[in-house]
Amino acid sequence: MVERAGVKNATGRPRRVLYRNIALAFFRTGMLGFGGGPSSIPLVHQEVVKKYEWMTDDEFGDTLALANTLPGPIATKIAGYIGYRIAGVWGCLIALAVSVIPTVVLMIVFLGLLQTYKDIPWVQHMSASVVPVVAVMLAVLTWDFVKKSGETLGWMRAILLIGLSGILIEGLQIHPAIVILVCILIVFSPLLKRRKKA
Amino acid sequence: MIYWHLFLAFFIPGILGYGGGPASIPLVEHEVVGNYEWLTTQEFSEVVAIGNSLPGPIATKMAGYIGYTEAGVLGSIVAMFASVAPSLLLMIGMMALLLKYKDEPEVKNLTKIIRPVIAVLLGFMTIQFAQESVEGVGPGYTLFLMAASFVLLEKVKLHPAFVIALALVFGAITGL
Repeated sequence: MVERAGVKNATGRPRRVLYRNIALAFFRTGMLGFGGGPSSIPLVHQEVVKKYEWMTDDEFGDTLALANTLPGPIATKIAGYIGYRIAGVWGCLIALAVSVIPTVVLMIVFLGLLQTYKDIPWVQHMSASVVPVVAVMLAVLTWDFVKKSGETLGWMRAILLIGLSGILIEGLQIHPAIVILVCILIVFSPLLKRRKKA
Repeated sequence: MIYWHLFLAFFIPGILGYGGGPASIPLVEHEVVGNYEWLTTQEFSEVVAIGNSLPGPIATKMAGYIGYTEAGVLGSIVAMFASVAPSLLLMIGMMALLLKYKDEPEVKNLTKIIRPVIAVLLGFMTIQFAQESVEGVGPGYTLFLMAASFVLLEKVKLHPAFVIALALVFGAITGL
């Protein structure tokens, strides 16, 4: 269990100031974290360890390792968890809200504008021109995942697994969630067996 | 009912998206475009494009926006909650347990094993978007934009937000 250490200066100040600092810290990381989760991790480290000293380097490393083993977006997990560690449930909610809501509001504004004027021909052509660019972004992401699979599993196993999941998902139309759940069960079965023996 | 559907549509990708935000994009697409038909492929590509251009985690942005368009502010909150809360609660609740097991090979292997599945999902999504683009703006224009954006993104290393902005401007001018 982790020691609740890095909170030393969190207790020395009025709560209001602490909440404000949490809001400022995660607002900055949320608004500057271009390129999604991993790119904001150094920013979070800067705020949480260096600037406010809410956590030690080791604690931050543990938090990161743990967040990496769980599914879902990493930036929000880290923000919520650190907020909770330093200021309980309110800290968690504040950190989450400031790291997510501003960008969602921007999304709604931008996409709302596109939707409002979508009957004008040149606006239609404008939005349609985004599709091939997104296809390229997805292709690059696909290649990242393929390459990483090859590097970590070896190319033979990676290609085999890619082929197999392709057949299951596209060929047999099995819901991807089921394929992923089966993977999780296969991975954890040796661990469960070991625990039964122990 | 809509709130329950929104919760499910983002809970499943949130809990299975091993590999961070991008890993959940195809899972979200599967629910939002395929399963519930809230958005067309074209609309979803706009969401991904704008989402990629703005800071912050992509999965939560998609949840917040789609929740809002389907069921207002409450819908937005429900969808965001579904995409963030499950793994966050796991993290807070299972800290001790997870720290004990975090060096077990199985836990470390999980992302490795799931990565190929995500690669397949992303691959088919890529093909789907390329097809959509060919139908929408024709093969020549599609190829040109794909080649141009690939060079800008990967060779020039231009920020995705600029590439999307350029595509929007170019599309607006050629559409006049």
